[in-house]
Amino acid sequence: MSDASFNTATSRTGEAGFGDYFALLKPRVMTLVVFTALVGLLAAPVGVHPVVGFAAILFIAVGGGASGALNMWWDADIDRVMKRTRSRPIPAGTITEDEAFAFGIALAGFAVVMLALATNLVAAALLAFTIFFYVVIYSMWLKRWTPQNIVIGGAAGAFPPMIGWAAATGTVSVESVLMFALIFMWTPPHFWALALFMRSDYEKAGVPMLTVTHGRRVTRRHILIYTILLAALAVGTGFTAVGGPLYVAVALVLNALFLVGALRIWRRDEDMAEADGYAVEKRFFRLSLYYLFLHFGAIALEAALVPYGLGGW
Amino acid sequence: MSFREEHDLHKRRFGRNLGLGLVLAAFVALVFGLTVVKVTTDDFTMQPSSEARD
Repeated sequence: MSDASFNTATSRTGEAGFGDYFALLKPRVMTLVVFTALVGLLAAPVGVHPVVGFAAILFIAVGGGASGALNMWWDADIDRVMKRTRSRPIPAGTITEDEAFAFGIALAGFAVVMLALATNLVAAALLAFTIFFYVVIYSMWLKRWTPQNIVIGGAAGAFPPMIGWAAATGTVSVESVLMFALIFMWTPPHFWALALFMRSDYEKAGVPMLTVTHGRRVTRRHILIYTILLAALAVGTGFTAVGGPLYVAVALVLNALFLVGALRIWRRDEDMAEADGYAVEKRFFRLSLYYLFLHFGAIALEAALVPYGLGGW
Repeated sequence: MSFREEHDLHKRRFGRNLGLGLVLAAFVALVFGLTVVKVTTDDFTMQPSSEARD
């Protein structure tokens, strides 16, 4: 075998490094999973040993990473088309689709079994359902079929705080469902704002985003409707066991800002957006990142203050 | 046929093996830690031995 033939073979089969496999786990998405799952665990009324808590968060993160790898395996064809995803390990040629599938399946099974052993069956069952929901319901079914893909698929990203809560308590309760609902309702305005200034990429890949199928006017209206519903839910959560005065104050400010942003998006037309390079939409998207981080940060802080007689109601 | 020691392929393969080794070592440590925590908690009970059951 000559060096030339060897080089051809490696570029085709892709001799992947450790970092390529790590990239397959969608580490940026994983940070959100880790953070929200941790908040779910901390906000739970039952304390867990730090080692068990660490293991629970780790296995939830690994499960989230596994679903990311399986998503990349399934979506490899559209990842090759979209500019944003073209450098992922499969389109880049460093990892084959079969390798990604095997890696994802093995990690998913590993994460679910280990979470069951480290914590309880309820948490493990929720993690298994989350992986199933993200890979089968969202990636395989909804994503390429309906413009409501983001709405229903968002549920997959909303499960981690519920799993964290279940890891500590072994149950599902109103508070954990509210944390789920917070991410679930936040996802559509967050992604539709992104889709408003990334439309061409989704169009090219044939993903039926609302902007593509129903136009931007409808998308802008949908962003406003979901933001109004989200605001009511986010502030209302403040009056439950996971909330408190600090959370309510944070939620009131953030939701006022978010509503103003959604109203601005709704009132604009395409000419105005084109004129300033989608500045309002981009600002709303950036705010949405802080929005979720600060809401969950406030929930965590309320829980952290409870031992000092300060957090909660 | 021989490859030079510094070939990029070897570097990536070494990195992958080293990474996997460290992950496995961390996993062993975590399982050990979990075991210690679980057997030292108050609600931990041993299964009765077969002699005791009889």
